[in-house]
Amino acid sequence: MSAPFYVSPEQLMKDRAEFARKGIARGRSVVVLRYDDGILLLAENPSATLHKIAEIYDRIAFAAVGKYNEFETLRQAGVRYADLRGFSYDRADVTARGLTNAYAQTLASVFTTESKPFEVELVVAEIGEHPSSDRLFRLSYDGSVADENEHVAIGGQAEEIGKRLSGLRTAGKPLAEVLAIGHTVLGTGRDEDVDLDDLEAAVLERSASSHRTFRRLQPDDLRALLAAPTTDEATSGEGTGGDEATTASGADTEARGDEGQ
Amino acid sequence: MNTGFDPAFLSATTNSFTDFARSVAPDVLPHVSSEQLAAAPGHRAGVPDGTTIIAFKTAHGVLMAGDRRATVGNLIASHIIEKVHAADSASVIGIAGTAGLALELIRLFQLELEHYEKIEGTPLSLEGKANRLASMLRAGLGLAMQGLAVVPLFAGVEPGRDSGRIFSFDVTGGKYEEVNFHSIGSGSGFARGALKKLWSPGLSEAGGVRVAVEALIDAADDDSATGGPDFVRQVAPVVRVVDADGVRRIPESEVLQYATAVVASRAEGDRP
Repeated sequence: MSAPFYVSPEQLMKDRAEFARKGIARGRSVVVLRYDDGILLLAENPSATLHKIAEIYDRIAFAAVGKYNEFETLRQAGVRYADLRGFSYDRADVTARGLTNAYAQTLASVFTTESKPFEVELVVAEIGEHPSSDRLFRLSYDGSVADENEHVAIGGQAEEIGKRLSGLRTAGKPLAEVLAIGHTVLGTGRDEDVDLDDLEAAVLERSASSHRTFRRLQPDDLRALLAAPTTDEATSGEGTGGDEATTASGADTEARGDEGQ
Repeated sequence: MNTGFDPAFLSATTNSFTDFARSVAPDVLPHVSSEQLAAAPGHRAGVPDGTTIIAFKTAHGVLMAGDRRATVGNLIASHIIEKVHAADSASVIGIAGTAGLALELIRLFQLELEHYEKIEGTPLSLEGKANRLASMLRAGLGLAMQGLAVVPLFAGVEPGRDSGRIFSFDVTGGKYEEVNFHSIGSGSGFARGALKKLWSPGLSEAGGVRVAVEALIDAADDDSATGGPDFVRQVAPVVRVVDADGVRRIPESEVLQYATAVVASRAEGDRP
Protein backbone atom coordinates (compact mmCIF):
# COMPACT_ATOMS: atom_id res chain seq x y z
CA MET A 1 0.00 0.00 0.00
CA SER A 2 1.64 3.19 -1.10
CA ALA A 3 0.56 6.52 0.28
CA PRO A 4 0.18 9.25 -2.36
CA PHE A 5 3.24 11.44 -2.61
CA TYR A 6 2.91 14.98 -1.40
CA VAL A 7 3.09 17.44 -4.29
CA SER A 8 3.24 21.11 -3.44
CA PRO A 9 0.55 23.28 -5.02
CA GLU A 10 3.22 25.32 -6.78
CA GLN A 11 4.68 22.23 -8.38
CA LEU A 12 1.24 20.93 -9.32
CA MET A 13 0.26 24.16 -11.09
CA LYS A 14 3.64 24.39 -12.75
CA ASP A 15 3.36 20.86 -14.10
CA ARG A 16 -0.10 21.48 -15.43
CA ALA A 17 0.90 24.76 -17.04
CA GLU A 18 3.89 23.13 -18.68
CA PHE A 19 1.72 20.31 -19.95
CA ALA A 20 -0.79 22.73 -21.47
CA ARG A 21 1.91 24.95 -22.96
CA LYS A 22 3.60 21.99 -24.62
CA GLY A 23 0.33 20.97 -26.25
CA ILE A 24 -0.33 24.48 -27.51
CA ALA A 25 3.21 25.04 -28.77
CA ARG A 26 2.87 22.08 -31.12
CA GLY A 27 0.04 23.76 -33.04
CA ARG A 28 0.21 26.40 -35.72
CA SER A 29 -0.56 30.00 -34.98
CA VAL A 30 -3.60 32.21 -35.34
CA VAL A 31 -3.47 36.00 -35.64
CA VAL A 32 -6.34 38.40 -35.13
CA LEU A 33 -5.85 41.95 -36.36
CA ARG A 34 -8.06 45.02 -36.38
CA TYR A 35 -8.43 46.91 -39.64
CA ASP A 36 -10.28 50.11 -40.51
CA ASP A 37 -13.67 48.47 -41.15
CA GLY A 38 -13.55 45.58 -38.70
CA ILE A 39 -11.46 42.67 -37.48
CA LEU A 40 -9.54 40.10 -39.53
CA LEU A 41 -8.97 36.58 -38.22
CA LEU A 42 -6.27 34.48 -39.86
CA ALA A 43 -5.14 30.92 -39.22
CA GLU A 44 -2.90 28.47 -40.92
CA ASN A 45 -5.16 25.48 -41.32
CA PRO A 46 -4.80 22.87 -44.06
CA SER A 47 -8.30 21.52 -43.31
CA ALA A 48 -11.19 23.31 -44.98
CA THR A 49 -13.78 21.84 -42.63
CA LEU A 50 -12.20 21.62 -39.17
CA HIS A 51 -12.26 25.33 -38.45
CA LYS A 52 -10.10 27.25 -36.00
CA ILE A 53 -12.05 30.43 -36.63
CA ALA A 54 -15.79 30.65 -36.17
CA GLU A 55 -18.82 32.86 -35.75
CA ILE A 56 -20.27 33.08 -32.26
CA TYR A 57 -22.83 35.83 -32.67
CA ASP A 58 -23.72 38.93 -34.68
CA ARG A 59 -20.59 40.89 -33.84
CA ILE A 60 -18.51 38.26 -32.04
CA ALA A 61 -16.01 35.81 -33.49
CA PHE A 62 -13.89 33.07 -31.97
CA ALA A 63 -10.41 31.86 -32.81
CA ALA A 64 -8.55 29.02 -31.16
CA VAL A 65 -5.41 26.93 -31.18
CA GLY A 66 -4.63 23.70 -29.42
CA LYS A 67 -6.56 20.47 -29.22
CA TYR A 68 -9.44 20.46 -31.68
CA ASN A 69 -11.97 18.55 -29.61
CA GLU A 70 -11.40 20.82 -26.62
CA PHE A 71 -11.77 24.15 -28.37
CA GLU A 72 -14.66 22.81 -30.45
CA THR A 73 -16.47 22.02 -27.19
CA LEU A 74 -15.77 25.55 -25.97
CA ARG A 75 -16.88 27.06 -29.28
CA GLN A 76 -20.20 25.23 -29.20
CA ALA A 77 -20.72 26.23 -25.58
CA GLY A 78 -20.11 29.85 -26.63
CA VAL A 79 -22.67 29.64 -29.44
CA ARG A 80 -25.22 28.15 -27.04
CA TYR A 81 -24.49 30.79 -24.43
CA ALA A 82 -24.82 33.63 -26.94
CA ASP A 83 -27.95 32.32 -28.66
CA LEU A 84 -29.71 31.60 -25.38
CA ARG A 85 -28.84 35.01 -24.00
CA GLY A 86 -29.85 36.80 -27.19
CA PHE A 87 -33.16 34.97 -27.26
CA SER A 88 -34.00 35.57 -23.58
CA TYR A 89 -33.07 39.27 -23.69
CA ASP A 90 -32.13 40.98 -26.93
CA ARG A 91 -29.48 40.55 -29.60
CA ALA A 92 -27.79 43.72 -28.37
CA ASP A 93 -27.32 42.17 -24.92
CA VAL A 94 -24.80 39.56 -26.07
CA THR A 95 -21.32 40.95 -25.43
CA ALA A 96 -17.79 39.67 -25.78
CA ARG A 97 -17.11 40.62 -22.16
CA GLY A 98 -19.82 38.30 -20.84
CA LEU A 99 -18.70 35.49 -23.09
CA THR A 100 -15.05 35.97 -22.17
CA ASN A 101 -15.92 35.80 -18.48
CA ALA A 102 -17.73 32.52 -18.99
CA TYR A 103 -14.76 31.13 -20.91
CA ALA A 104 -12.30 32.35 -18.31
CA GLN A 105 -14.24 30.77 -15.44
CA THR A 106 -14.58 27.51 -17.31
CA LEU A 107 -10.90 27.34 -18.26
CA ALA A 108 -9.83 28.26 -14.73
CA SER A 109 -12.04 25.68 -13.09
CA VAL A 110 -10.90 22.95 -15.47
CA PHE A 111 -7.28 23.97 -14.92
CA THR A 112 -7.51 23.62 -11.14
CA THR A 113 -10.02 20.83 -10.62
CA GLU A 114 -9.90 18.44 -13.57
CA SER A 115 -7.21 15.82 -13.98
CA LYS A 116 -5.98 17.48 -17.17
CA PRO A 117 -6.16 21.16 -18.19
CA PHE A 118 -7.52 22.26 -21.56
CA GLU A 119 -4.66 22.53 -24.06
CA VAL A 120 -6.12 25.59 -25.79
CA GLU A 121 -5.68 29.29 -26.25
CA LEU A 122 -8.61 31.40 -27.43
CA VAL A 123 -9.32 34.82 -28.83
CA VAL A 124 -12.76 36.38 -28.49
CA ALA A 125 -13.13 39.33 -30.88
CA GLU A 126 -15.99 41.79 -31.07
CA ILE A 127 -16.56 44.75 -33.38
CA GLY A 128 -18.39 47.74 -32.01
CA GLU A 129 -20.48 50.37 -33.75
CA HIS A 130 -17.35 52.49 -33.79
CA PRO A 131 -13.71 51.41 -33.95
CA SER A 132 -13.20 52.67 -30.40
CA SER A 133 -15.49 49.95 -29.05
CA ASP A 134 -13.77 47.03 -30.81
CA ARG A 135 -12.66 44.36 -28.34
CA LEU A 136 -9.95 41.68 -28.51
CA PHE A 137 -9.66 39.26 -25.58
CA ARG A 138 -6.98 36.63 -25.37
CA LEU A 139 -7.62 33.68 -23.06
CA SER A 140 -5.02 31.22 -21.85
CA TYR A 141 -5.36 27.58 -20.81
CA ASP A 142 -5.48 28.61 -17.13
CA GLY A 143 -8.29 31.11 -17.57
CA SER A 144 -6.16 34.23 -17.50
CA VAL A 145 -7.46 37.00 -19.73
CA ALA A 146 -5.63 39.75 -21.58
CA ASP A 147 -7.35 42.70 -23.25
CA GLU A 148 -5.49 43.55 -26.46
CA ASN A 149 -5.71 46.72 -28.49
CA GLU A 150 -4.56 46.31 -32.08
CA HIS A 151 -3.75 42.66 -32.72
CA VAL A 152 -3.19 39.39 -30.94
CA ALA A 153 -1.43 36.15 -31.81
CA ILE A 154 -1.91 32.74 -30.23
CA GLY A 155 -0.38 29.30 -30.79
CA GLY A 156 3.08 27.89 -31.33
CA GLN A 157 4.72 31.01 -32.78
CA ALA A 158 2.63 33.49 -30.78
CA GLU A 159 5.46 35.16 -28.99
CA GLU A 160 7.57 35.61 -32.07
CA ILE A 161 4.66 36.93 -34.10
CA GLY A 162 3.78 39.25 -31.26
CA LYS A 163 7.31 40.65 -31.39
CA ARG A 164 7.10 41.23 -35.12
CA LEU A 165 3.76 42.96 -34.77
CA SER A 166 4.61 44.98 -31.65
CA GLY A 167 4.29 48.69 -32.13
CA LEU A 168 2.45 48.24 -35.41
CA ARG A 169 -0.92 49.98 -35.54
CA THR A 170 -3.25 48.13 -37.88
CA ALA A 171 -6.63 49.59 -36.83
CA GLY A 172 -6.42 52.42 -39.35
CA LYS A 173 -5.26 50.36 -42.32
CA PRO A 174 -7.47 48.86 -45.05
CA LEU A 175 -8.21 45.13 -45.18
CA ALA A 176 -5.87 44.28 -48.08
CA GLU A 177 -2.91 45.81 -46.28
CA VAL A 178 -3.70 44.16 -42.95
CA LEU A 179 -4.20 40.83 -44.70
CA ALA A 180 -0.76 41.15 -46.28
CA ILE A 181 0.76 41.85 -42.86
CA GLY A 182 -1.09 38.92 -41.27
CA HIS A 183 -0.11 36.58 -44.08
CA THR A 184 3.54 37.53 -43.75
CA VAL A 185 3.74 37.15 -39.97
CA LEU A 186 2.00 33.76 -40.06
CA GLY A 187 5.02 32.49 -41.98
CA THR A 188 7.26 33.40 -39.03
CA GLY A 189 9.95 30.85 -38.34
CA ARG A 190 9.81 29.36 -41.83
CA ASP A 191 11.43 30.00 -45.17
CA GLU A 192 8.30 30.60 -47.21
CA ASP A 193 4.90 32.21 -46.76
CA VAL A 194 1.85 30.14 -45.86
CA ASP A 195 0.13 28.77 -48.95
CA LEU A 196 -3.09 30.67 -49.56
CA ASP A 197 -5.05 27.43 -49.85
CA ASP A 198 -3.93 26.56 -46.31
CA LEU A 199 -5.03 29.90 -44.94
CA GLU A 200 -8.30 30.07 -43.04
CA ALA A 201 -9.54 33.65 -42.99
CA ALA A 202 -12.65 35.48 -41.85
CA VAL A 203 -13.68 39.02 -41.07
CA LEU A 204 -16.13 40.80 -38.81
CA GLU A 205 -17.30 43.69 -40.98
CA ARG A 206 -18.64 46.90 -39.50
CA SER A 207 -20.29 47.77 -42.83
CA ALA A 208 -22.06 44.40 -43.23
CA SER A 209 -25.63 44.75 -44.46
CA SER A 210 -27.02 41.92 -42.33
CA HIS A 211 -27.03 41.78 -38.52
CA ARG A 212 -24.51 38.94 -38.83
CA THR A 213 -21.17 40.58 -39.54
CA PHE A 214 -19.02 37.43 -39.73
CA ARG A 215 -17.90 36.42 -43.21
CA ARG A 216 -15.41 33.75 -44.31
CA LEU A 217 -12.89 34.75 -46.96
CA GLN A 218 -12.35 32.07 -49.61
CA PRO A 219 -8.91 31.51 -51.19
CA ASP A 220 -10.12 33.43 -54.27
CA ASP A 221 -11.09 36.42 -52.11
CA LEU A 222 -7.65 36.30 -50.49
CA ARG A 223 -5.89 36.20 -53.86
CA ALA A 224 -7.91 39.16 -55.09
CA LEU A 225 -7.15 41.14 -51.93
CA LEU A 226 -3.45 40.33 -51.96
CA ALA A 227 -3.18 41.10 -55.67
CA ALA A 228 -4.63 44.57 -55.12
CA PRO A 229 -1.92 47.22 -55.09
CA THR A 230 -0.83 47.87 -51.52
CA THR A 231 0.91 50.96 -50.27
CA ASP A 232 4.43 51.01 -48.93
CA GLU A 233 3.25 50.95 -45.33
CA ALA A 234 2.70 47.21 -45.37
CA THR A 235 6.19 46.45 -46.58
CA SER A 236 7.72 48.89 -44.14
CA GLY A 237 5.80 47.10 -41.37
CA GLU A 238 7.26 43.81 -42.54
CA GLY A 239 10.73 45.32 -42.71
CA THR A 240 10.86 46.49 -39.13
CA GLY A 241 9.30 43.28 -37.85
CA GLY A 242 11.48 41.02 -39.97
CA ASP A 243 14.73 42.04 -38.32
CA GLU A 244 13.41 41.35 -34.86
CA ALA A 245 12.04 38.00 -35.94
CA THR A 246 15.36 36.68 -37.12
CA THR A 247 17.02 37.58 -33.84
CA ALA A 248 14.15 36.22 -31.75
CA SER A 249 13.59 32.92 -33.54
CA GLY A 250 16.41 31.07 -31.82
CA ALA A 251 15.36 32.15 -28.35
CA ASP A 252 11.76 31.18 -28.90
CA THR A 253 11.47 27.98 -26.89
CA GLU A 254 13.40 29.32 -23.93
CA ALA A 255 11.37 32.49 -23.86
CA ARG A 256 8.19 30.45 -23.81
CA GLY A 257 9.35 28.52 -20.77
CA ASP A 258 9.64 31.72 -18.75
CA GLU A 259 6.30 33.10 -19.84
CA GLY A 260 3.10 32.84 -17.87
CA GLN A 261 3.38 31.83 -14.26
CA MET B 1 -18.04 30.73 -7.00
CA ASN B 2 -19.04 31.24 -10.60
CA THR B 3 -17.69 28.29 -12.53
CA GLY B 4 -18.40 29.51 -16.04
CA PHE B 5 -20.58 27.52 -18.38
CA ASP B 6 -23.16 25.20 -16.93
CA PRO B 7 -22.02 21.61 -17.64
CA ALA B 8 -24.98 21.25 -20.04
CA PHE B 9 -23.44 23.88 -22.33
CA LEU B 10 -20.25 21.83 -22.66
CA SER B 11 -21.79 18.39 -22.90
CA ALA B 12 -24.87 19.06 -25.06
CA THR B 13 -24.84 17.20 -28.35
CA THR B 14 -27.94 18.68 -29.97
CA ASN B 15 -27.74 21.13 -32.84
CA SER B 16 -31.27 22.39 -32.18
CA PHE B 17 -31.65 25.56 -30.16
CA THR B 18 -35.19 24.64 -29.16
CA ASP B 19 -34.13 21.27 -27.77
CA PHE B 20 -31.22 22.83 -25.92
CA ALA B 21 -33.30 25.66 -24.45
CA ARG B 22 -35.99 23.19 -23.40
CA SER B 23 -33.42 21.26 -21.37
CA VAL B 24 -31.62 24.17 -19.69
CA ALA B 25 -34.03 27.14 -19.68
CA PRO B 26 -37.57 26.08 -20.58
CA ASP B 27 -38.98 29.41 -19.33
CA VAL B 28 -37.62 31.35 -22.29
CA LEU B 29 -39.53 29.31 -24.86
CA PRO B 30 -43.01 30.39 -25.92
CA HIS B 31 -45.37 28.24 -23.94
CA VAL B 32 -48.89 28.59 -22.57
CA SER B 33 -49.82 25.94 -20.03
CA SER B 34 -53.21 24.28 -20.09
CA GLU B 35 -53.89 25.76 -16.60
CA GLN B 36 -53.33 29.27 -17.95
CA LEU B 37 -55.70 28.57 -20.80
CA ALA B 38 -58.32 27.09 -18.50
CA ALA B 39 -58.09 30.15 -16.25
CA ALA B 40 -58.94 32.42 -19.16
CA PRO B 41 -62.14 31.12 -20.71
CA GLY B 42 -63.09 32.81 -23.92
CA HIS B 43 -59.43 33.61 -24.54
CA ARG B 44 -60.04 33.84 -28.27
CA ALA B 45 -61.54 37.28 -27.71
CA GLY B 46 -58.67 39.60 -26.94
CA VAL B 47 -55.91 37.82 -28.81
CA PRO B 48 -54.84 39.49 -32.08
CA ASP B 49 -54.96 37.48 -35.29
CA GLY B 50 -52.85 37.96 -38.39
CA THR B 51 -54.26 37.25 -41.80
CA THR B 52 -53.54 36.90 -45.51
CA ILE B 53 -50.14 35.68 -46.75
CA ILE B 54 -49.41 34.69 -50.36
CA ALA B 55 -46.38 33.12 -52.00
CA PHE B 56 -45.58 32.09 -55.56
CA LYS B 57 -42.66 31.06 -57.73
CA THR B 58 -40.96 33.60 -59.97
CA ALA B 59 -38.42 33.27 -62.77
CA HIS B 60 -35.45 33.00 -60.40
CA GLY B 61 -36.90 32.12 -57.02
CA VAL B 62 -39.96 32.87 -54.92
CA LEU B 63 -41.92 35.88 -53.75
CA MET B 64 -43.88 36.12 -50.51
CA ALA B 65 -46.17 38.95 -49.49
CA GLY B 66 -48.51 39.68 -46.62
CA ASP B 67 -50.91 42.41 -45.60
CA ARG B 68 -50.28 44.55 -42.52
CA ARG B 69 -53.44 44.09 -40.45
CA ALA B 70 -53.94 42.27 -37.14
CA THR B 71 -57.45 41.96 -35.78
CA VAL B 72 -59.13 41.21 -32.44
CA GLY B 73 -62.64 40.08 -33.24
CA ASN B 74 -64.20 42.90 -35.23
CA LEU B 75 -61.57 45.43 -34.16
CA ILE B 76 -58.28 46.24 -35.82
CA ALA B 77 -55.41 45.58 -33.42
CA SER B 78 -52.61 46.81 -35.66
CA HIS B 79 -52.26 48.58 -39.00
CA ILE B 80 -48.55 48.01 -39.31
CA ILE B 81 -47.80 44.45 -38.16
CA GLU B 82 -45.27 42.59 -40.31
CA LYS B 83 -46.09 38.95 -40.93
CA VAL B 84 -43.54 38.06 -43.62
CA HIS B 85 -39.96 37.75 -42.40
CA ALA B 86 -36.65 36.48 -43.70
CA ALA B 87 -36.01 33.12 -42.00
CA ASP B 88 -32.35 33.24 -43.02
CA SER B 89 -30.40 34.44 -46.05
CA ALA B 90 -32.13 32.03 -48.43
CA SER B 91 -35.69 31.59 -47.18
CA VAL B 92 -38.74 33.49 -45.96
CA ILE B 93 -41.55 32.67 -43.56
CA GLY B 94 -45.01 34.20 -43.32
CA ILE B 95 -47.52 33.43 -40.60
CA ALA B 96 -51.28 33.63 -40.21
CA GLY B 97 -53.04 32.98 -36.93
CA THR B 98 -52.58 34.09 -33.33
CA ALA B 99 -50.18 37.00 -33.78
CA GLY B 100 -48.32 36.83 -30.47
CA LEU B 101 -47.47 33.16 -30.81
CA ALA B 102 -46.78 33.56 -34.52
CA LEU B 103 -44.20 36.30 -34.08
CA GLU B 104 -42.52 34.33 -31.32
CA LEU B 105 -42.47 31.23 -33.52
CA ILE B 106 -40.80 33.24 -36.30
CA ARG B 107 -38.14 34.51 -33.88
CA LEU B 108 -37.52 31.00 -32.62
CA PHE B 109 -37.40 29.54 -36.14
CA GLN B 110 -34.93 32.19 -37.31
CA LEU B 111 -32.69 31.41 -34.36
CA GLU B 112 -33.11 27.67 -34.91
CA LEU B 113 -31.69 27.99 -38.44
CA GLU B 114 -28.88 30.31 -37.37
CA HIS B 115 -27.99 28.10 -34.41
CA TYR B 116 -27.78 25.00 -36.60
CA GLU B 117 -25.62 26.84 -39.12
CA LYS B 118 -23.20 28.01 -36.43
CA ILE B 119 -22.96 24.71 -34.56
CA GLU B 120 -22.64 22.56 -37.69
CA GLY B 121 -20.73 25.06 -39.80
CA THR B 122 -23.10 24.61 -42.73
CA PRO B 123 -26.72 25.68 -43.34
CA LEU B 124 -29.63 23.24 -43.33
CA SER B 125 -31.05 22.15 -46.69
CA LEU B 126 -34.34 23.78 -47.69
CA GLU B 127 -36.24 20.55 -47.08
CA GLY B 128 -34.49 20.25 -43.71
CA LYS B 129 -35.62 23.73 -42.72
CA ALA B 130 -39.21 22.88 -43.67
CA ASN B 131 -39.10 19.65 -41.65
CA ARG B 132 -37.68 21.50 -38.67
CA LEU B 133 -40.53 24.01 -38.86
CA ALA B 134 -43.04 21.16 -39.05
CA SER B 135 -41.69 19.60 -35.87
CA MET B 136 -41.80 22.96 -34.08
CA LEU B 137 -45.48 23.24 -35.03
CA ARG B 138 -46.13 19.74 -33.78
CA ALA B 139 -44.65 20.76 -30.41
CA GLY B 140 -47.29 23.52 -30.22
CA LEU B 141 -50.18 21.23 -31.10
CA GLY B 142 -51.74 21.56 -27.65
CA LEU B 143 -52.21 25.29 -28.17
CA ALA B 144 -53.64 24.75 -31.63
CA MET B 145 -56.26 22.42 -30.16
CA GLN B 146 -57.24 25.20 -27.75
CA GLY B 147 -57.85 27.50 -30.68
CA LEU B 148 -54.53 29.37 -30.62
CA ALA B 149 -53.51 28.14 -34.04
CA VAL B 150 -50.43 29.27 -35.90
CA VAL B 151 -50.16 28.37 -39.58
CA PRO B 152 -46.98 29.28 -41.44
CA LEU B 153 -46.09 29.44 -45.10
CA PHE B 154 -42.43 28.78 -45.85
CA ALA B 155 -40.55 29.39 -49.10
CA GLY B 156 -36.97 29.59 -50.19
CA VAL B 157 -34.24 28.78 -52.64
CA GLU B 158 -31.83 25.88 -52.24
CA PRO B 159 -28.30 27.39 -52.17
CA GLY B 160 -26.83 27.43 -55.66
CA ARG B 161 -30.17 26.81 -57.38
CA ASP B 162 -32.11 29.16 -59.58
CA SER B 163 -35.62 28.08 -58.60
CA GLY B 164 -37.69 28.30 -55.45
CA ARG B 165 -39.90 25.94 -53.49
CA ILE B 166 -42.97 26.65 -51.36
CA PHE B 167 -44.17 24.65 -48.35
CA SER B 168 -47.46 25.01 -46.53
CA PHE B 169 -48.30 23.48 -43.15
CA ASP B 170 -51.26 22.63 -41.02
CA VAL B 171 -51.58 23.01 -37.24
CA THR B 172 -50.69 19.36 -36.65
CA GLY B 173 -47.30 19.84 -38.30
CA GLY B 174 -48.29 18.38 -41.66
CA LYS B 175 -46.00 19.65 -44.41
CA TYR B 176 -47.16 20.01 -48.00
CA GLU B 177 -45.08 21.20 -50.92
CA GLU B 178 -47.00 23.55 -53.22
CA VAL B 179 -46.54 23.49 -56.98
CA ASN B 180 -46.75 27.10 -58.16
CA PHE B 181 -48.44 29.35 -55.63
CA HIS B 182 -50.28 29.23 -52.32
CA SER B 183 -52.03 31.50 -49.85
CA ILE B 184 -52.99 31.18 -46.19
CA GLY B 185 -55.15 33.15 -43.74
CA SER B 186 -58.69 34.42 -43.71
CA GLY B 187 -58.45 36.21 -47.08
CA SER B 188 -56.59 33.36 -48.73
CA GLY B 189 -59.52 32.17 -50.83
CA PHE B 190 -59.86 35.51 -52.60
CA ALA B 191 -56.10 35.89 -52.99
CA ARG B 192 -55.77 32.40 -54.45
CA GLY B 193 -58.56 33.14 -56.89
CA ALA B 194 -56.62 36.17 -58.08
CA LEU B 195 -53.39 34.18 -58.33
CA LYS B 196 -55.10 31.54 -60.46
CA LYS B 197 -55.83 34.18 -63.09
CA LEU B 198 -52.77 36.41 -62.73
CA TRP B 199 -49.87 34.08 -61.99
CA SER B 200 -47.83 32.71 -64.88
CA PRO B 201 -44.54 30.80 -64.94
CA GLY B 202 -41.35 32.84 -65.22
CA LEU B 203 -42.67 36.07 -63.69
CA SER B 204 -40.11 38.87 -63.53
CA GLU B 205 -39.55 40.63 -60.20
CA ALA B 206 -41.58 43.69 -61.24
CA GLY B 207 -44.35 41.51 -62.67
CA GLY B 208 -44.33 39.46 -59.48
CA VAL B 209 -44.74 42.47 -57.20
CA ARG B 210 -47.68 43.66 -59.33
CA VAL B 211 -49.36 40.23 -59.10
CA ALA B 212 -48.80 40.11 -55.34
CA VAL B 213 -50.30 43.56 -54.82
CA GLU B 214 -53.32 42.68 -56.99
CA ALA B 215 -53.95 39.46 -55.07
CA LEU B 216 -53.70 41.20 -51.68
CA ILE B 217 -56.00 44.00 -52.82
CA ASP B 218 -58.53 41.35 -53.87
CA ALA B 219 -58.25 39.71 -50.44
CA ALA B 220 -58.63 43.05 -48.65
CA ASP B 221 -61.60 43.92 -50.85
CA ASP B 222 -63.71 41.00 -49.65
CA ASP B 223 -62.19 40.00 -46.28
CA SER B 224 -62.55 42.51 -43.45
CA ALA B 225 -59.61 40.99 -41.54
CA THR B 226 -57.16 41.71 -44.37
CA GLY B 227 -55.82 45.24 -44.76
CA GLY B 228 -55.31 46.83 -48.16
CA PRO B 229 -52.53 49.28 -49.01
CA ASP B 230 -52.98 52.27 -46.71
CA PHE B 231 -52.34 55.45 -48.68
CA VAL B 232 -53.15 57.69 -45.71
CA ARG B 233 -50.49 56.17 -43.43
CA GLN B 234 -48.24 55.20 -46.36
CA VAL B 235 -48.30 51.57 -45.23
CA ALA B 236 -47.82 48.98 -47.97
CA PRO B 237 -47.91 45.17 -47.84
CA VAL B 238 -44.60 43.50 -47.00
CA VAL B 239 -43.16 41.96 -50.18
CA ARG B 240 -40.00 39.84 -50.02
CA VAL B 241 -38.28 38.14 -52.92
CA VAL B 242 -35.78 35.29 -52.62
CA ASP B 243 -33.31 34.33 -55.34
CA ALA B 244 -29.74 33.08 -55.59
CA ASP B 245 -28.51 36.44 -54.23
CA GLY B 246 -30.51 36.14 -51.03
CA VAL B 247 -33.62 37.68 -49.50
CA ARG B 248 -34.62 41.23 -50.39
CA ARG B 249 -37.52 43.35 -49.23
CA ILE B 250 -39.14 45.50 -51.90
CA PRO B 251 -39.11 49.07 -50.54
CA GLU B 252 -42.47 50.22 -49.22
CA SER B 253 -42.55 53.29 -51.47
CA GLU B 254 -42.14 51.05 -54.52
CA VAL B 255 -44.95 48.71 -53.42
CA LEU B 256 -47.18 51.75 -52.87
CA GLN B 257 -46.51 52.86 -56.46
CA TYR B 258 -47.67 49.47 -57.74
CA ALA B 259 -50.71 49.69 -55.46
CA THR B 260 -51.53 53.15 -56.79
CA ALA B 261 -51.36 51.84 -60.35
CA VAL B 262 -53.55 48.83 -59.55
CA VAL B 263 -56.16 50.95 -57.75
CA ALA B 264 -56.19 53.47 -60.62
CA SER B 265 -56.69 50.80 -63.28
CA ARG B 266 -59.55 49.28 -61.29
CA ALA B 267 -61.19 52.65 -60.75
CA GLU B 268 -61.23 53.17 -64.51
CA GLY B 269 -62.69 49.72 -65.04
CA ASP B 270 -65.44 50.33 -62.48
CA ARG B 271 -66.71 53.44 -64.24
CA PRO B 272 -69.89 52.91 -66.23
